[in-house]
Amino acid sequence: MSASADFSHDRADGGGVLRFTGNLSLAHVGDLPERLGEVDGPVSRIDLSQVDRIDTVGAWVVHRFARDRDVAIDGLNPDSQHLFDQVAAADDPVVRKEKSLSPPLRVLEEIGDAVSGSARQMLGLLGFMGATVLAFINVLRHPRRFRFNATVQRFEVVGVSALGIIGLMSFLIGMVIAQQGAVQLRQFGAEVFTINLIGRLTFRELGVLMTAIMVAGRSGSAFAAQLGTMKLTEEIDAMRTIGVSPMEALVLPRVIAAIVMMLLLGFYASIIAIIGGGLLSWAQLGIPPITFVTRIREVVPITDLYIGLIKAPVFGAIIGMAGCFHGMQVESDAEQVGSRTTAAVVQAIFLVIVLDAFFAIFFAWIGWI
Amino acid sequence: MSEQEFLIRVRGLKNQFGDQVIHENLDLDVRRGEILGVVGGSGTGKSVLMRSIIGLQTPAAGTIEVFGENTIGREETEATEIRKKWGVLFQGGALFSTLTVAENVQVPLKEFYPKLKPALLDEIAGYKVVMTGLPANAGPKYPSELSGGMKKRAGLARALALDPQLLFLDEPTAGLDPIGAAAFDDLTASLQKTLGLTVFLITHDLDTLHAICDRVAVLADKKVIAVGTIDELLALDHPWIQEYFNGPRGRAATDAQDRIAARDHDRDAGNDPASLQAQRR
Repeated sequence: MSASADFSHDRADGGGVLRFTGNLSLAHVGDLPERLGEVDGPVSRIDLSQVDRIDTVGAWVVHRFARDRDVAIDGLNPDSQHLFDQVAAADDPVVRKEKSLSPPLRVLEEIGDAVSGSARQMLGLLGFMGATVLAFINVLRHPRRFRFNATVQRFEVVGVSALGIIGLMSFLIGMVIAQQGAVQLRQFGAEVFTINLIGRLTFRELGVLMTAIMVAGRSGSAFAAQLGTMKLTEEIDAMRTIGVSPMEALVLPRVIAAIVMMLLLGFYASIIAIIGGGLLSWAQLGIPPITFVTRIREVVPITDLYIGLIKAPVFGAIIGMAGCFHGMQVESDAEQVGSRTTAAVVQAIFLVIVLDAFFAIFFAWIGWI
Repeated sequence: MSEQEFLIRVRGLKNQFGDQVIHENLDLDVRRGEILGVVGGSGTGKSVLMRSIIGLQTPAAGTIEVFGENTIGREETEATEIRKKWGVLFQGGALFSTLTVAENVQVPLKEFYPKLKPALLDEIAGYKVVMTGLPANAGPKYPSELSGGMKKRAGLARALALDPQLLFLDEPTAGLDPIGAAAFDDLTASLQKTLGLTVFLITHDLDTLHAICDRVAVLADKKVIAVGTIDELLALDHPWIQEYFNGPRGRAATDAQDRIAARDHDRDAGNDPASLQAQRR
């Protein structure tokens, strides 16, 4: 069919003529650009009259050669003349990508960027928490502006739909604690303290902490992705122009749902974990459920429950605010929705664990040991 | 030789989403080397028709031939030979957001011609970008840094990367200012002329229809109710067509076209206002 592009260098009549033949197009150009670069000797004229077909790539390659060597082009029909004019008009060097710094400098730059970025982010989150509190106070003063339906709907999404997965997770965690506790404590002949371990650990720490991690992964990420997408599609801007405050309509219902549901889910998770641990104790240690429950009531002080229930809503607030904050930070493109969602989850879990450590010290300090 | 004459042949096309039938028994031919405008009210399935032809949407029934080959039910990895020969400009540009404009243009080149040298790739991306009317400094920019009109041009540069024979444009001038839209029309027309392109052009822009389309296909009642030049369509007695071309906007576009023609005619005759003034002085 169509021959691939080729050329011959005819030095006969004085100056030298480059005659192109074949199909000067992207699919057939082959190594012609390289060979063209190796042409030496004088070239005074380029003859294209024997070319079958030419497209912009062929035209570009020839144009570049003609431009560099300052050679005239002959044998063009009006259409290809037009093509050459267009390609020549578009001859303006374009950089593909901005030059980046040298590697050592880039490492420094990235470290600096990361540090200032996280500082800015923490400040931003702090500001956002303030804005959420202000919005909350505002709603308290004008209760009619509270979005009751939206909040209840969030309750369902954040809380009710999570019951299954959080229940299963807590049940397994309770069993693992019981099993590991039993194995370790048996060495001291203190298997019966497995019950203390299960009861205190789940109410005080693990029940709430694991629930927080699960809620951050499930709902914190969803908040960030939802708000981020709404930001991209200008829904949030539209809301503002109508006079609806996104803080009241979008952020508050989500944060309130996260707070309330963390409280309930944290308690639920602790109970399920105790059930899991109790079942394993029954099966492995032969402790009947009734004894297990009595022991739990004896060894777990009520303050352990209080500690869990105090921590849970704080964690919920952190998760809800981090999710909404990062969602609202999305600005330009779809990629940001992804990175902001990740940031929301990572930041929420990080803050939850840091706060948990502070809580542990605080409660020990006030004597709730 | 019909496949040479018609680049696209659609026969008995049926598209439906659930119970909602978009197309029923739709026929359409696109001739080689023409610019075919596709018009129709909102929701008549112009974009769906385009998506069916380029194989993004599997129709419920019917046949679609592009370059004489059936495109229905092909896997995405199949039919690469056909894909090499067409370029598509989506409504929003659909640029890859993690790549710069120049890198976007290079994606199809790298995909289909992996042996091209990086230097040549950069040059090709460069002149394509400038050719579509973008400034040279737009090359290293990311799509999020571009305005809507620039995104369209960058999308066109990518659609033209492979020097395709067939170009699909989905509302290329929507959202552009009138000057930008006219420039885009000129660009499409001149590319069509120089590259011998066949263009499948979805548009609402009456000026575009008048300025560059060889034929116009009208989508209504779930099928193509008429195909022809604007004059031929005007002779038809279909209420939607009459409303479309003879409504206030349609007439304004026709008048504008007449004015442009008259001006060009005057200039050719050497008596356009500017040169007359010059002569008087």
